[in-house]
Amino acid sequence: MTDAVSRNPTTGWRDLRGRLLEDYGILLVVLAMILLLWALQPDYFMTAQNITNIIRQIGMNALLALGMYLVIVTAGIDLSVGSVMALAIMLLAIADTSGVPWPLVLLIGPLVGALIGIINGLGLTLLKLPHPFIMTLGTLNAVRGLCNLVTDGRPVSGISDEVRYLGTGDIPLPFGGEFAVIPVSAILLLVCYCGVAWFMRKVSLGRHIFAVGGNPQAARVSGINVNGVLVFVYAASGFFAGLAALLMAGRTGSGYPNLGIGAELDAIAAVIIGGASFFGGRGTVLGVFAGVLVMGLLRNGLNLMNISAFWQQTLIGIIIILAVWIDVLRRRARARR
Amino acid sequence: MNQPSATPILQARGISKYFGAVTALEGVDLSLAPGEVLGVVGDNGAGKSTLMKILSGLFRPSDGEILVNGRPVHFHSPRDAHRNGIEMVYQDLALAGNMRIFENIFLGREPGRTFGGLTLIDQAGSRRLAAEHLERLQIHVKSVDQNVEELSGGQQQAVAIARATAFAAKVVIMDEPTAALAIKEVGKVLDLIRRLKDHGVGVILISHRMDDVFYVCDRVMALFHGRNFAEARLADTSRNEVIGWIMGTKGHSTALAHDKVI
Ligand SMILES: Nc1ncnc2c1ncn2[C@@H]1O[C@H](COP(=O)(O)OP(=O)(O)O)[C@@H](O)[C@H]1O
Ligand SMILES: [Mg+2]
Repeated sequence: MTDAVSRNPTTGWRDLRGRLLEDYGILLVVLAMILLLWALQPDYFMTAQNITNIIRQIGMNALLALGMYLVIVTAGIDLSVGSVMALAIMLLAIADTSGVPWPLVLLIGPLVGALIGIINGLGLTLLKLPHPFIMTLGTLNAVRGLCNLVTDGRPVSGISDEVRYLGTGDIPLPFGGEFAVIPVSAILLLVCYCGVAWFMRKVSLGRHIFAVGGNPQAARVSGINVNGVLVFVYAASGFFAGLAALLMAGRTGSGYPNLGIGAELDAIAAVIIGGASFFGGRGTVLGVFAGVLVMGLLRNGLNLMNISAFWQQTLIGIIIILAVWIDVLRRRARARR
Repeated sequence: MNQPSATPILQARGISKYFGAVTALEGVDLSLAPGEVLGVVGDNGAGKSTLMKILSGLFRPSDGEILVNGRPVHFHSPRDAHRNGIEMVYQDLALAGNMRIFENIFLGREPGRTFGGLTLIDQAGSRRLAAEHLERLQIHVKSVDQNVEELSGGQQQAVAIARATAFAAKVVIMDEPTAALAIKEVGKVLDLIRRLKDHGVGVILISHRMDDVFYVCDRVMALFHGRNFAEARLADTSRNEVIGWIMGTKGHSTALAHDKVI
């Protein structure tokens, strides 16, 4: 946020410190979690193997959360991403196993995702359904039904290695031994996160997404095509769900109609933990990544310590509530300032 | 003073607007000359805001036509009105509080390089242009990087006016710009209107405050129940008469008015 600092050096520093705490306080939480887990598991946590493991585990949620972030900035919600991801996997698995060339198979996920996203956006803007919750609750169910209909509920196995490369591929590092690799999925995440961060800050449409979330009326009278912006964010959310499908297809090697049930809730949780406002207009890409990491590190740490999945879910629930409560306190403090 | 014979910069003829069964406007005419300040008055619900939203492209009229420089135009969105040099400051300001001052000023018209409908925003340029524009309007803010929600009501009003005047506007419409302001801030807004007038900009000012109307306007027109009710040059009327128009009464003798303004 260096470009947000005013010219005056003293207020500049105070502004910067305030903004850093406000926008990136969550990074301190991530740092604290890393240090804690390192201290609790000194032999294993910081190994190359565990780190690549974490990166692979967070990949799906990271992509779903990135799309969800765009939607939440407009004060919307996309409940359909888990189902969309599953349908994308089913369709690309069917195409792949019936001999479609792999470069085309790679396109299926993002295309199917973007298409369903456009349908979500049109439902919201053309049918004027009262809230995106309704439209995407509809597609959550409708698309999940399609996942089962396409194969009558059977999984599709045998996805080719080329298609799985994004999810499973590794680029070996010249040092550090057998597990010192950069997962291909990490590069995909990096490109997507940097791309969206740049887009939201520097490109007019990115700023318009913030304007629509902050005050749709202001956006409208400024000549912004508000409905166009809304269709775009749902299309983008679907697109990222389609990319997440590629990661999952890589990891599982098969299409399961029940994949990703409830994944939308993890994505929403990561965005909210990362400090985005449910009421729109607020939130950073770095915050989203921090939210994804908080959830990923928590799961990883609790797994390493053999704590049950039930406790993980309970803890994540508590963290969501705490994160939003801290946000409320922060805003109240700022209002007094 | 402006020649009444000059082509109006903005003209509305027979404008009607229906919201379902509600008739907000019925056959309203309006005309504005370059460099003229037109006061529009009327009771709450008289249709003032609706008429202005039609002139600024936010609403489409149910009937009637709009002419810019004598040429008929059809506005499908505020963008079309902007292209014709018509800008509006809305009653509720319509600013994005979560965004910075310079971003609000250029929202929807960001300076930068444009590729296929998307603009790569020149942020340094935006900041500089915004700061220069605010300077010209003698509007003082700590920094153009402040979020608009951090500003006082008067400062927000100033940003809204800055946005409406940042693109060489020919007509600026202001819907009750002084209603929510402290006295000191009111004076600043009125002085701004005078400066716009001096630059040949036509201004339409909706206000309930007779002080505002009689300080800056050249002419005043009254709407009543969505229709033209009365209209006069300022020199030919009085506060009492205009107040009467707002309440739907005519025929007050101007001779009785103790505060007639020449
Ligand atoms: N969007 C709308 N939908 C329905 N009725 C409206 C709408 N906007 C204005 N009206 C109605 O139109 C009439 C004129 O309103 P308005 O133009 O806001 O009046 P004014 O600005 O003079 O107070 C009122 O009866 C109001 O209720
Ligand atoms: Mg009004």
